[in-house]
Amino acid sequence: MTQGDPLVRLDRVTKRFGDVAAVDDVSLDIAAGEFFALLGPSGCGKTTLMRLIAGFEQPDKGRVFIAGVDMTDVPPHRRPVNMMFQSYALFPHMNVEKNIAFGLRQERASRAKIAERVAEMLRLVQLEGLGKRRPDQLSGGQKQRVALARALAKRPKLLLLDEPLAALDRKLREQTQFELKEVQRRLGTAFVVVTHDQEEASVMASRVAVMRAGRLEQIGTPAEIYARPASRFVAEFIGDINILKRDEEGTREIATAIRPERILLESDAGGSPNSLAGIVDDLAFRGSDTLYRVRLESGTILRVLAANSGGRDAYRPGDRVHVRIPPEACIPLSH
Amino acid sequence: MGPASNVRSGRNWLVIALPYSWLLLFFLAPFALVLKISLSQSALSMPPYAPVFDWSDDLRAIIEKLSALSFDSFAGLFNDSLYVESYVSSVIIAAIATILTLFVAYPFALAIARSSSKLRPILIGLAIAPFWTSFLIRVYAWIMILKDEGLLNRFLLSIGLIDAPLGIFATNTAIVIGIVYSYLPFMLLPLYAAIEAQDPALLEAAADLGASPARAFLRITLPLSMRGVVAGSLLVFIPAVAEFVIPDLLGGSDTLMIGRTLWNDFFLNRDWPAASAAAIVLLLLLVAPLLVYERVQLQDQEARR
Repeated sequence: MTQGDPLVRLDRVTKRFGDVAAVDDVSLDIAAGEFFALLGPSGCGKTTLMRLIAGFEQPDKGRVFIAGVDMTDVPPHRRPVNMMFQSYALFPHMNVEKNIAFGLRQERASRAKIAERVAEMLRLVQLEGLGKRRPDQLSGGQKQRVALARALAKRPKLLLLDEPLAALDRKLREQTQFELKEVQRRLGTAFVVVTHDQEEASVMASRVAVMRAGRLEQIGTPAEIYARPASRFVAEFIGDINILKRDEEGTREIATAIRPERILLESDAGGSPNSLAGIVDDLAFRGSDTLYRVRLESGTILRVLAANSGGRDAYRPGDRVHVRIPPEACIPLSH
Repeated sequence: MGPASNVRSGRNWLVIALPYSWLLLFFLAPFALVLKISLSQSALSMPPYAPVFDWSDDLRAIIEKLSALSFDSFAGLFNDSLYVESYVSSVIIAAIATILTLFVAYPFALAIARSSSKLRPILIGLAIAPFWTSFLIRVYAWIMILKDEGLLNRFLLSIGLIDAPLGIFATNTAIVIGIVYSYLPFMLLPLYAAIEAQDPALLEAAADLGASPARAFLRITLPLSMRGVVAGSLLVFIPAVAEFVIPDLLGGSDTLMIGRTLWNDFFLNRDWPAASAAAIVLLLLLVAPLLVYERVQLQDQEARR
C-alpha cells in the first residue's frame, strides 16, 4: 500500500443478477480507519456491494482494489478483509474460543499467539469466562459479540459488517451501536457497515453512502446528508421531511424539501412574509416533542415538529395557526 | 399432580402405547416364535423341531417339555466353525462395503446439496429411481455386468486395459460391489439431509477467515455431517451383514455370509433350532451398534443443551 492509496477502491464496478444490475457502475473510495455505512432500502444492492469487497461475488465489470492491490480475481480466503455475517454464521460444533481462533489457525499461528489473541478478543467484547460455551448456549447479544470477536481476531485493516444489529432487540441495539463505535475507535480498523436503518448509520458512521437501485445516490457525513440531501429519494429516506412541489414550468427546480423541526408554529402571522395560515389537522405527542399535521389554505399538509419545552400552550386540533418557514430551511431538490 | 396432568399423562401413554403395540405384534411376536424354536431340539417331523408346548398338554407334559428345552443350539453355534466364520466374514464384507458406500455417496450427496434448489428434488428422485424396479432383478443385472463374458470385462478388454477377464464374478468383490450399488440410496439420503441442513453462510465465514475450500470442507462441512455419516453407515451396515440375495447371486460357492448359512440350515439341513439360534445371535450382534448410535445421539443432545 503506497501512501495515499485508499484502503478500498471500487472502480466502476457493475454486478448483474440476470437482467437486474444489483450494483450499477459504482465507484467508491474508503479510507483506512474510517467508519463507513452503506445505507439503503432492501434490494438496493448494498449487501452485494459488500460481498464484492469480501470476494463472495465477482463483478461483471470494473475492478476492486484493496490497499492498492487489484483483488478482483482473488478468492475470499486470500483477501485481507474479514466480515461479520448478518446471521453471525458461528460454527455450531465449536465453542466460543475455537470460533474466535478459527481464522488464526488458518494462518498457522502459534498456540501461544492464538491463546493470547483469543483472550484479548474475549476481553474486547466482554465475554471473559464464556470461552468454553457452544454457540447455542449463548444469547443473541452474546452471539453477536462472538461474531465480532471472530471477525476481528486476525486484526484485519477492514471489517465488513452485514446488518450487524438486525437480530438484536431495540434496547440492545442502541447500546451495541455505541459499543461498535468504541471498538472501532480503539482498534483503528476501518468498518464498513451495511444497514437499512438511517438512524443506525447516523449514530455510528463518520461517512454514509446512500444507495438506490444499484447506484450511489449520495456520499457524505450524516450531517451533510441530512442538511443537504442530493435528491428527493435521499431526503425522504433520511429522517422526516416535507416535500413541496412547485408547478413552475421551464425551471430545473421541481420541489422544495423542509425538515419538520425547521418550521415554526405561531398563533399569528406577525407580519412575516414567510408565514402561511393553516389549521391544526392532527397531532402526535411524542414526549420531548409534538408532531403537528397542519393543513394550509392551499390544502397542502405540512408536518411540523415543535419541541415541548413547556411554558407555551400546545395547540389543539382545529386551532388556527400560522407556519413560518425560514428561507434557509428550504432545500431545493433537482430530482 | 393435578387431574389435568393426569389426563395428559394418560394421553401421552396412549401415544406411546400405539407404536409399541405395533412393534409387539409384528416384531416381538415373530421374535418369540424364533426364540422358541431356537430352544427346541431338531426332529424329523413337520415342522422339523420338537414341539415346545401344546394347548392340549396337561401340566406334567408341559413341565416335561420345558425341561427338554436347551441352549444346545446356541452352544452349537460357537463350536461350529462354519457359523463363527460366517459371522466374522459377514461383518468384514459389510464393513468394507459400508466404507466404500460412504466414499461413493459423499460426493453425490455434496453435489446434490450444493446444486440449485430447483434441481435438487430431481437429483434426489433420480437417486432413488432404482427402487421402482425389483431389487432381485437389479442384482441379477449385475451378473450380466460382472461375469467373465459380461459387459465390464468386454468393455475393458476392448479398450485394451486388461488381457484376460478380471474374474470378479462369484467372489467377495462382487458381493461388495452389489452391496455398494444396492444400498447407495440409504447412505445418500441421510448424508444429503445432514449437508443440506447446513447454513451456507458457515462456508462463507470459513473462507472469509482464510480457509481454503478443502480446509473448509474438512473443518466445517464434514464434522457437521457426522450425524448423516453415522446414520447412513448403520442403514447400510446392518442389513448388509444379514444380506442373503446379494451373496447368493453374486458370491461364489465358498462365500461365507451369515444370511446364506442361515438359509442353508433352514431349508437344506432342516435344522431349524440351529438356524433360529443363529438368527437371534445375529440380532443381538446388530443391536450393539444401534445402542452405540443411540448413546452418541443422546450425548450430542446433552452437549447442545
